[in-house]
Amino acid sequence: MPAVSKGDGMRGLAVFISDIRNCKSKEAEIKRINKELANIRSKFKGDKALDGYSKKKYVCKLLFIFLLGHDIDFGHMEAVNLLSSNKYTEKQIGYLFISVLVNSNSDLIRLINNAIKNDLNSRNPTFMNLALHCIANVGSREMAEAFASEIPRILVAGDTMDSVKQSAALCLLRLNRTSPDLVPMGEWTARVVHLLNDQHLGVVTAATSLITTLAQKSPDDFKTSISLAVARLSRIVTSACIDLQDYTYYFVAAPWLSVKLLRLLQCYPPPEDAALRSRLTECLETILNKAQEPPKSKKVQHSNAKNAVLFEAISLIIHHDSEPTLLVRACNQLGQFLQHRETNLRYLALESMCTLASSEFSHEAVKTHIETVINALKTERDVSVRQRAVDLLYAMCDRSNAKQIVAEMLSYLETADYSIREEIVLKVAILAEKYAVDYTWYVDTILNLIRIAGDYVSEEVWYRVIQIVINRDDVQGYAAKTVFEALHAPACHENLVKVGGYILGEFGNLIAGDSRSSPLVQFNLLHSKFHLCSVPTRALLLSAYIKFINLFPEVKATIQDVLRSDSQLRNADVELQQRAVEYLRLSCIASTDILATVLEEMPPFPERESSILAKLKKKKGPGNLPDIDDSRRNVNGNTEHHEPTETTNKSPPSLMADLLPTNRPRPASSSPIMLSAGTMGSSHPFTDLLNLNSPPAAAPSLLVDVFSDLSAPASVEVSEDNFSRFVCKNNGVLYENQLLQIGLKSEYRQNLGRMYVFYGNKTSTQFLSFSSSVTNGDALKGQLIVHAKSVDPVIDGGAQVQQILNMECVSDFTDAPVLNIQFRYGGALQNIAVKLPVMLNKFFQPTEMTSQDFFQRWKQLGAPQQEVQKIFKSQHPMDTDVTKAKILGFGVALLDGVDPNPANFVGAGVIHTKDTQVGCLLRLEPNTQAEMYRLTLRTSRDSVSQRLCDLLSEQF
Amino acid sequence: VAVNHCLLMQFMLLFSRQGKLRLQKWYVPLSDKERKKISRDLVQTILARKPKMCSFLEWRDLKIVYKRYASLYFCCAVEDQDNELITLEIIHRYVELLDKYFGSVCELDIIFNFEKAYFILDEFLLGGEAQETSKKNVLKAIEQADLLQENIIELHTDRGGCTMAK
Repeated sequence: MPAVSKGDGMRGLAVFISDIRNCKSKEAEIKRINKELANIRSKFKGDKALDGYSKKKYVCKLLFIFLLGHDIDFGHMEAVNLLSSNKYTEKQIGYLFISVLVNSNSDLIRLINNAIKNDLNSRNPTFMNLALHCIANVGSREMAEAFASEIPRILVAGDTMDSVKQSAALCLLRLNRTSPDLVPMGEWTARVVHLLNDQHLGVVTAATSLITTLAQKSPDDFKTSISLAVARLSRIVTSACIDLQDYTYYFVAAPWLSVKLLRLLQCYPPPEDAALRSRLTECLETILNKAQEPPKSKKVQHSNAKNAVLFEAISLIIHHDSEPTLLVRACNQLGQFLQHRETNLRYLALESMCTLASSEFSHEAVKTHIETVINALKTERDVSVRQRAVDLLYAMCDRSNAKQIVAEMLSYLETADYSIREEIVLKVAILAEKYAVDYTWYVDTILNLIRIAGDYVSEEVWYRVIQIVINRDDVQGYAAKTVFEALHAPACHENLVKVGGYILGEFGNLIAGDSRSSPLVQFNLLHSKFHLCSVPTRALLLSAYIKFINLFPEVKATIQDVLRSDSQLRNADVELQQRAVEYLRLSCIASTDILATVLEEMPPFPERESSILAKLKKKKGPGNLPDIDDSRRNVNGNTEHHEPTETTNKSPPSLMADLLPTNRPRPASSSPIMLSAGTMGSSHPFTDLLNLNSPPAAAPSLLVDVFSDLSAPASVEVSEDNFSRFVCKNNGVLYENQLLQIGLKSEYRQNLGRMYVFYGNKTSTQFLSFSSSVTNGDALKGQLIVHAKSVDPVIDGGAQVQQILNMECVSDFTDAPVLNIQFRYGGALQNIAVKLPVMLNKFFQPTEMTSQDFFQRWKQLGAPQQEVQKIFKSQHPMDTDVTKAKILGFGVALLDGVDPNPANFVGAGVIHTKDTQVGCLLRLEPNTQAEMYRLTLRTSRDSVSQRLCDLLSEQF
Repeated sequence: VAVNHCLLMQFMLLFSRQGKLRLQKWYVPLSDKERKKISRDLVQTILARKPKMCSFLEWRDLKIVYKRYASLYFCCAVEDQDNELITLEIIHRYVELLDKYFGSVCELDIIFNFEKAYFILDEFLLGGEAQETSKKNVLKAIEQADLLQENIIELHTDRGGCTMAK
């Protein structure tokens, strides 16, 4: 225990904390805590009324226990009682407990709100502050409803104390953040703006924060704050540092307020009024000038505070993006920081320069620092700083320095931290594509990427290199030669095999003239990798082989032998087997003409934004990335379709769309595939090795219809694997396959229910045309009404969407509704049907009753058709606690001490339907020796008894 | 591009070199489970960092600003575009307030008087924003509260209240 303890010193609390600290083990700690909890519980339950001090002490102990990480499930009421104590210290502990352990219990919220209301009306500033702090800390919707209109009144009232104003301003800010719809705008807004002129800098500081949030919500209402903020800022930056007394922090005048004012100004464009604008420019210049002055103190706090203001000023300069001189000065200032001995400043300079690089005024100035940034990449010891350097190199890259930057990034990649490799790969791929003048460089760069960091090269990257090679005939021969050589490496990455397989399959003929890369050599080289590869790669290689048969008739027999082998024709994987069977058949029956048509070289891909860029943007989040898509992005050969400005202007909202796998119709020249798919009855477009081209649902292409018919069997099997798991619980995973996971959360009240269905995309590719509906079988119609809200038709890779189902139970029912899901993944239509776990027992309300009542009703329900009994063997270990939990989960009340045999379980509840209510009694008798159960259900309705018995007996 | 200019602190954590959480203040609504997970992950991440490394790091979609004082780490999570340096000085000012109040504060003061640490924080930061940056004003508010408390303690001297600092 420390020698000095401040405040009121609750000795019992200090002793308890000491005890906990002296515990040698976690077990000892838990034991001590449980002892204390038992003690507190008995005190709270005891007959003797506790005095305020004891109550406070115990509540404080509970709080301490909670903060140690243990659950606390009582004491809330005592804490609420403390709120209405007239002793400050008790009230304070009560508020602290409420702030930390918010409980959504509605009764308590009402009591808490009452106590807060009393304190707000008390006119005692310390009490008012406690109440406001509590509202700001909890910030719940209920509190917003109760106080959002009251607090503005306190804030602008003439007689409110300064400290209360400060609390009220930030309290309102918090409520506006959690429930903006509940914070009313009104005549008080003008008066809030005038708080910027307040004498008390603390009030101004708090008010500035509030005004900034409100200005974002309705900028026009707060326009007048611009001139006031500029005036205030100007007074601060020109003041001598002693003027502001205690608001001067290590010789820097009001740094927090300055930062906030600069941030408020970033809600608006540069001021239109010329005088105001020049006054602001002066302020910004003064701040920049101060950075050049010798420091007034050696303390790091001094330079931090000064630079905090400087960086915020630079943010404003970048935000305005209108004053070239200021932008260039900012850039030079950051350039100095790039070489500062403080790691923090180097980090921030790199970060801030990144945004400067995107301004046309300062882009060139940023570029002059390239050597320093490259050096940072090589020498910084902290990965977070190196990450910033990568970002900045990416942002400053243009045609003039692309080769240097890409080379540096590639060499950094060899030793880069695993955490940032994928991002570097994406960046290199984008830069190489964007600034490629000569596409041999581009191909080399991507192959290098695969060599250095193959595991981090995502699908998008290698899809893209293939698109580009297909679209540019000047690079095809080079690409074929390069991949051929790269494939000779003893341990080449699987991604290289994919790229190699695809490119040789399309363009192997361009290098076949050389005896060192004759068709047979090419084939043997590819096939030597076959057995080391995963299924998707093998599938791709099989497609490359059939393309070889068309390109090189001389290897047809060799390839047919391979296809014919048992390891292909009888492969356990359906996809591989199907491809082998079909390709073999195709090569045997089709004439050379047909083969040539079906297996024709891929037509150019339509112009599209790089999917890699989309991926990077997704990774970084919009707005975070310097916008580098410009006309040079386009690498497709057909320049007549080149519409740079249009694409850049229109693309931003759809950037998230992964354009690669789907999204656009193929050019008309894709007809050969259509033919082949039709004749072969295959479910995959095998001439398109990657399914790169599958058109979207919207395109009325014959191709799509053919495929979707084939891949969507007329009736989908309804999955009910997990159905019975939901009998006794409401949440969990309902369904999962390789693509999709469906999770459920449900709640029921009387005869109504609501289910939240979560659809999670497990892949990295979008699901398109997603839809899901609920169907009721004939029998179920009229018994259960399910209303499904609509669901977003697109689910991004890795994302999850939610659908809400509202249900009403009309009468008792036995069947279950079916959830039908349809979506398009990589061109193929997916159909899934899952039995929805909505069962009759979900509409139970538990009923507590005495032993006497129970047996009386039990006798009343004695008619033979009212009782259903089942004797069955237990499927799970017979654990009493698990059984209890299941019965409770089933929805009935578990009645203790009713059955004379304590080993038996007895429960009661009422099924609520719209038409009627059905009382229900149940009894479960375990026989542990025989591992058997006897379950008896009695209800007033035979169908209900039967259904409930069926449902529950499956659970043990 | 809509940029959010009103950036609030998301949470503040104080923890020891052994990874024990000493104070946690959450300015965004999160479930208890999420809070525990965040604290656990973040404490591990920060303890794994070497001294002299940058005080800022990107973590999930947040920016973490942290600094070690003796045996305690002070750590704030702010939004990505927030001002890192001013957050660092928020931490420092809070340390100064604790120091002034307890008289060269140490970890034990915060353990045994955790409620005070929370009260001081509430006077300084509210809803994740600086409410009062003047050290004098914050301490004045806390001392006024203590005066109110001392009146109470008179009534309870028989229970053996600890010695008072003043």
